[in-house]
Amino acid sequence: MTLKSLDDLRRLREEVQKEIETRQGAEVQIIVGMGTCGIAAGAREVMTAILEELARRNIKATVLQTGCIGMCEKEPLVDVVRPGEKRITYGHVTPRDVPRIIGEHVVNGRIVEDLVVGRAN
Amino acid sequence: MNLFRAHVLVCGGTGCTSGGSPEIRARLEKELAAKGLDKEVKVVTTGCHGLCEMGPLVIVYPEGTMYTHVTPDDVPDIVNEHLYKGRIVQRLLYKEPLTEEKVPHYGDLPFYQKQKRVVLQNCGYINPERIEEYIARGGYSALAKVLGEMTPEEVIAEVKKSGLRGRGGAGFPTGLKWEFCRKAPGEPKYVVCNGDEGDPGAFMDRSVMEGDPHRVLEGMIIGAYAIGASEGYIYVRAEYPLAVKRLRIATKQAEELGLLGDNILGSGFSFRIHIKEGAGAFVCGEETALMASIMGQRGMPRPRPPFPANQGLWDKPTNINNVETWANIPDIILKGGDWFASMGTEKSKGTKVFALTGKVRNTGLVEVPMGITLREIIFDIGGGIPNGKKFKAVQIGGPSGGCLPESQLDLPVDYESLTGAGAIMGSGGLVVMDEDTCIVDVARFFLNFTRSESCGKCTPCREGIKRMLEILDRIAAGKGKMEDLDLLERTALVVKQSALCGLGQTAPNPILSTLRYFRDEYVTHIQDKRCPAGVCAALLVYRIKPELCRGCTACTRVCPVGAISGTRKEVHFIDPDKCIKCGACMERCPFGAIVRG
Ligand SMILES: Cc1cc2nc3c(=O)[nH]c(=O)nc-3n(C[C@H](O)[C@H](O)[C@H](O)COP(=O)(O)O)c2cc1C
Repeated sequence: MTLKSLDDLRRLREEVQKEIETRQGAEVQIIVGMGTCGIAAGAREVMTAILEELARRNIKATVLQTGCIGMCEKEPLVDVVRPGEKRITYGHVTPRDVPRIIGEHVVNGRIVEDLVVGRAN
Repeated sequence: MNLFRAHVLVCGGTGCTSGGSPEIRARLEKELAAKGLDKEVKVVTTGCHGLCEMGPLVIVYPEGTMYTHVTPDDVPDIVNEHLYKGRIVQRLLYKEPLTEEKVPHYGDLPFYQKQKRVVLQNCGYINPERIEEYIARGGYSALAKVLGEMTPEEVIAEVKKSGLRGRGGAGFPTGLKWEFCRKAPGEPKYVVCNGDEGDPGAFMDRSVMEGDPHRVLEGMIIGAYAIGASEGYIYVRAEYPLAVKRLRIATKQAEELGLLGDNILGSGFSFRIHIKEGAGAFVCGEETALMASIMGQRGMPRPRPPFPANQGLWDKPTNINNVETWANIPDIILKGGDWFASMGTEKSKGTKVFALTGKVRNTGLVEVPMGITLREIIFDIGGGIPNGKKFKAVQIGGPSGGCLPESQLDLPVDYESLTGAGAIMGSGGLVVMDEDTCIVDVARFFLNFTRSESCGKCTPCREGIKRMLEILDRIAAGKGKMEDLDLLERTALVVKQSALCGLGQTAPNPILSTLRYFRDEYVTHIQDKRCPAGVCAALLVYRIKPELCRGCTACTRVCPVGAISGTRKEVHFIDPDKCIKCGACMERCPFGAIVRG
């Protein structure tokens, strides 16, 4: 590929921005519980579903993991933190719930009430 | 495209590479694949992070967790604990030397807090072998701005406004140099990047070329546009194989994208870059010698004028700048000359990269705003002197620079103030010395270096340095006379004033500065025949304290020359005529009965 104009360079920049996005950190954070309890309950599959959904919809978010937080019976647990808003914890999350959590909460800021198991500041 | 939720950055600087980072990378890829994480975790090799002392370094994003002294065997923990379960591997975190506190975040390290990273902003953050990562960080936008909306004169005006001065040592205003070359008659014109970096202990330019080569290329392309040059050379020493390799990859990628070559970005401006490997002579860093070397001649300097701006490569107008000078250009264009001039002191603007080495806790690469004090660099960023020793001196500016004592540590880093103190800014070498360093020995070390690196063309340098070194050798051997100090000083001044090029003109600086600040130590060597730091072998005497000696014979057995006499349960004796002062006996003695003085 050859860049023939300044616009070509600008387009390429937008395109390759993704390559380093993970290093810059996004505003929205999605945190998956990856303690032994979480993994046993299927947290890995949930994590994979989250990554696929984010990639498919081209959404910027930082995906983090955390260890056991003591709510083992509600695993897999997924937290969503939007800047300036409460940290919402979803419980018993399955890969099927992921598109809703992302579509509703991550993108539009509408909490998926039926899955919520905790809220914190 | 896959979404990689985590990036694992493995330092691929020269230090960490020799510390085993390629094996770490290979192991990471293997373990990630075994855990099925290879589609969501990306491994990236970067340039130097600067904290070489703690290498090999691995940094995990998005958290920015830094792991130090990583070995391939640590990789399973990083993968299984951190990347699989999200648990930080505590044992690999950086520990504050004084408080033993663990610092998980890269950015929270005191080492980075007083730094201001402009030139090094991408080093250790991007993969230097992928032009896309440089572009993603805003790379080549300065070039686009220049080609799209600025005339060459406007570019030069901006660089002048920034107050940028050459980072290769002499500190000549860069914008002015460009203007001379632009106005000089003759075609074609050339731009050259000086990546010779021959100072012992210096690795600033190497790290920039290895860690962010496109920044150097972008600076050169912008400079070539401003000056009206069509060809460029990067002169880099062959002892920097990684820098050579990354520069070659970078120029090739830039050519493929049309950022180098004909009609760059459709602007009508054409420019090419050639990479020239030097054989690694200190004098080849001098600009006229460097040009001779590029043209296939022996690397010897010639008198100036004519200056390269008028008569350079193949007698055509040529502009030479140092690697770091070029690397400053993109941000000056993007953020403006005023932004750059807002950092630093009245006459020294922007930042400076230093290679911090010697007796300091955090050896490595640091970039600081001009005007910061030497004390802040050595103690706040460098973490001070290890092993409870006392600071003695800092050599700034390499073999052309000077040796400054504690009393000068509050000097701001600024071209004029350092020159006033008898040192120079130089290209950025900072060698810290503790109380175990002998000042006469330091002067000898640098003179020995300049003597062997002198090209021999002019008499003052060829003969003068040799004579001065002979005097220093005499003093170190306990055969010095007080008159030697005057002779040394006089010779130093003559060489300084009469040598042909900067090598000879600055070679006496280590002598002059040590005579200025540490004269007493020379006198002790001459009059008392004593080396207070216990370094000059000829002046050392090893002695056994009879009251502490138990007659265990350990020392007699370890002495390689049989200089120690005495049988069991008898006080031993060291024959000073036979002793070769290796110190083996002192190390071996379990009772501390052997002293050196
Ligand atoms: C003996 C000697 C060695 C030098 N070595 C270097 C060097 O390694 N790198 C460098 O950039 N400049 C070196 N210089 C300075 C160059 O001659 C020249 O001033 C510099 O490359 C100009 O670039 P600047 O204006 O960007 O600093 C050396 C000078 C002398 C006298």
